[in-house]
Amino acid sequence: MTSTPTATEEPAGAPREDAPAPGGGRARRVALYVLGRLTTAVVSLGAVIVAGFFLFRILPGDPVRAMTEGREVSLEQQEELRRQFGLDQPLWAQFLDYASGLLRLDLGVSFQYREPVADLILERLGPTLLLAGTGTLLAALLGLFLGARAGWRPGGRGDRVNTAVALFFWSVPTFWLGLLLIVLLASGRGFFPGLFPTSGMTGPDATGFEAVLSTAHHMVLPVVTMVAVIYAQYLMIMRSSLIDEKGADYLTTARAKGLRDALVRRRHAVPNALLPTVTLIFLNLGQVVSGVILVETVFSWPGLGYLFYSGLHVPDLGLVQGLFVLFAASVILMNLLADLVYPLLDPRVRP
Amino acid sequence: MKSPYPPVGTLSRRSASAAGAMILVGSVSAVPAAADEGGTDTLTVAMSQQVDTFNPFIAQLAVTTNILHHVYDRLVTVDPETNEPAPALAESWEASDDGLTWTFDLRDDAYFTDGEQLTADDVAWTLTTIMENEDASVASGNYVSAFEEVTAEDDTTVVIDLERPQATMTALNIPIVPQHVWEPVLEEEGDAFADYDNEDFPVVGSGPFVLAEHDRGQSIRLEANPDHWRGEPGFDELVFRYYTEQDAAVEALRNGEVSLVYELTDAQATSLEDVDDVEVNFADGKRFQAFTINPGAETRDGEEFGDGHPALSDKTLRQAIAMALDNDEIVERGHNGQAVAAGGYIPPRYEDFHWEPEGDEATLDFDPDAANEMLDEAGYETGDDGVRTSPDGDRLELRMHVHSDRPDNVQTGQIMEERLRDIGIEVDNQTVDPGILSDALYDAEYDLIFTGWTVNPDPDYVFSIHTCDGLPTEPGTMQGDAYFCNEEYDELYDAQFEEHEDRDQRAEHVHRMQEILYDEAVVNVLSYPNIMEAYRTDQISDIQLEPADGGNIWGQDGYWAFWSAEPAGEDARSGAGIPTGVLVGTGVVVLLLVVGGTLLAIRRRATAGDRE
Repeated sequence: MTSTPTATEEPAGAPREDAPAPGGGRARRVALYVLGRLTTAVVSLGAVIVAGFFLFRILPGDPVRAMTEGREVSLEQQEELRRQFGLDQPLWAQFLDYASGLLRLDLGVSFQYREPVADLILERLGPTLLLAGTGTLLAALLGLFLGARAGWRPGGRGDRVNTAVALFFWSVPTFWLGLLLIVLLASGRGFFPGLFPTSGMTGPDATGFEAVLSTAHHMVLPVVTMVAVIYAQYLMIMRSSLIDEKGADYLTTARAKGLRDALVRRRHAVPNALLPTVTLIFLNLGQVVSGVILVETVFSWPGLGYLFYSGLHVPDLGLVQGLFVLFAASVILMNLLADLVYPLLDPRVRP
Repeated sequence: MKSPYPPVGTLSRRSASAAGAMILVGSVSAVPAAADEGGTDTLTVAMSQQVDTFNPFIAQLAVTTNILHHVYDRLVTVDPETNEPAPALAESWEASDDGLTWTFDLRDDAYFTDGEQLTADDVAWTLTTIMENEDASVASGNYVSAFEEVTAEDDTTVVIDLERPQATMTALNIPIVPQHVWEPVLEEEGDAFADYDNEDFPVVGSGPFVLAEHDRGQSIRLEANPDHWRGEPGFDELVFRYYTEQDAAVEALRNGEVSLVYELTDAQATSLEDVDDVEVNFADGKRFQAFTINPGAETRDGEEFGDGHPALSDKTLRQAIAMALDNDEIVERGHNGQAVAAGGYIPPRYEDFHWEPEGDEATLDFDPDAANEMLDEAGYETGDDGVRTSPDGDRLELRMHVHSDRPDNVQTGQIMEERLRDIGIEVDNQTVDPGILSDALYDAEYDLIFTGWTVNPDPDYVFSIHTCDGLPTEPGTMQGDAYFCNEEYDELYDAQFEEHEDRDQRAEHVHRMQEILYDEAVVNVLSYPNIMEAYRTDQISDIQLEPADGGNIWGQDGYWAFWSAEPAGEDARSGAGIPTGVLVGTGVVVLLLVVGGTLLAIRRRATAGDRE
């Protein structure tokens, strides 16, 4: 996979004081930079596809035996299934078939769902983006907001409480937290009424606006779980990068101008401290599609994460390798975007 | 130094208001489950397995085959009182004296849900398609392997000619489909028939329910078929909802979102026992839990393969292993009491076929002293570390593969480790993923390995896997699960298979086969785990178990449970007049307002702090 762009990685940008005058040379450098990043991304993707194919073939277990487990089937029936899944072909033929399918954007067919993997993914992509997108957004906002405060006065009571709470949730297993929320807020036992549905995405028979509301209602617990677990990383990054900025001269200047403390923080310190977090956000956006496996499983959210989980059991080779390529591709894509966007935000690393 | 941060009190006040908001939302949006605005009675089942396909010729997974039971009728079903074959589409049946010709008389009041009558042609076409079309044989091919020809003599008479007599003719678990719907499909799809998913809703069927909707990954909805010949089902709708996490499904049962949860663990079942309006059903097990010993794996041609411990081909050692284990202890400690200690192969719920060693036959009862004695006599000497060595000089260190995904098995494995230690056998406990376990079994790279089967009212299949024909033709292709081969057993197997007239005689053969399995100690049955499921009595007032006494609800061989289930009366339900959507909507809006307000307040307070 691609390397993550960080401030230390400035590709020979700094010592180029004697660079030629702007103009054609600069455009060429930019083009080269973009081209370089693109090549890295494409090569990574290719490696992922090959590795994914053979990696999942090493998984123990036989899909046909797993699917017919406990059923009264004869050897002939198993052979027929093997033929239908294309597993009777030699490995290299299976790979060629798979690779040529990929060129046509055909990800193959899932064994257990008996559907094209691409269709399955499209169907589940929406719910995952909705859940993971909302969760990541809220976690980022909350984390950055609290992190900016914590980092501004490190060691203060607010900092200590906030950091402790965030790290507590960060270290809590997602599964456990999700189940706990269900027990407390959804099962209607004890003094709490059943506030939220235990699982699923929409209530039965909901249509139109009702369905939207029902989805929002169903989303509350999964999103809370997700935000609680991941907001700490935003908080910590924001906090440490703000601590780095705190001593900077330009803040003294700002204070000398007589600006209020809150303004100094908000207008001057935070924008600069945001830079390192951009990388983190992009990295996380890449993982949005894959990163909510546990949350989706606890809350039976019909998304990609659970799809992957269900595929690993069998192993449903077509499904897991298709999803693997998708997950990897989204991380690679977001890395690429981060690489390309970062220079726009931070003039110091421009090629 | 004065901290510019808000005092601690603010924090707790903040969380208090957040909690307040939650309660507020809850109080308006708690939704009663079964009540519906249209007055439909819905039975909601929590399920976790996904759908492979609703194509009845292809479907393999338990959820789909079970649902298809309710959509397509079969020729013969199982009587919930006696466990014996009972009329369904076929009112009566008869075999010729040589057992090679079977005649089924169909009822004349069975109709498909599109109004067409179900006739002998549909039956003949369905069976013939499974026989002749390889693609269509995946789900039920095993039942028709000995069929020669199926003919429709008239509208209500089906004649099946067999190559050899078989006793399993009244246990043909084959969904009968409408020819007028499926013949065009088969032609149209051609080679792609296996990919046809049969999701043109509502699906034309003949069963007591109609498959009406499939919201992938979320729910499956079936509607009652009011014109079913057996009578209209009690509920108007049957909804299967996905709960990918079983503990969440249990919570959903508590709050009434679902009416039935099946396949509970004993911890879940126990926790539900004291809940109001919930009935936990502890049913007799259909499954046996066993471990098999690698007796030296061979192909049919006698080629040895795998790396099983060489000493295990000695029957004395295998018997000593069986005698070292206390099945009662395994039930108590391994299954937390939720099982029955095993004797024979077939669970006791099938009274006629069940066998257990009694009196003199019970040679392998728990007796570690006798086991030690046997091993001493047979020349297994105990070393300094307490571990024996076989007469050929191999140390008795055995690998044991245990399913890591079954808590009962994991606990049982630990008990076995202790008990085998008592007779000088060291166990290398490998608690592994089912995939790894299955690879070890088929490659014969194991010594002791866990297995288990769900037994149907007709037990033919679970016996067939231990015939010599079940051995692999080449390594990795085994049909059975134990590399077991015994000539006497095979003769008995053929005899019971062909014994289609006298059920008692057949049971006699079946008992003898179990005796052989017991004595050979390759397949060692430990327990019959109970089936645990729970339902809400304020939603379901009455439901037929199969068998009626000590039976289960989910996974019946007939469709008795869901067909017979009666909705609980109106008064039992906590109904609410306001549509759910409005309630939910209000809840969400209130939540947003409160959260927004709180954030605003915090913010204001914070800036106020900064200003000081």
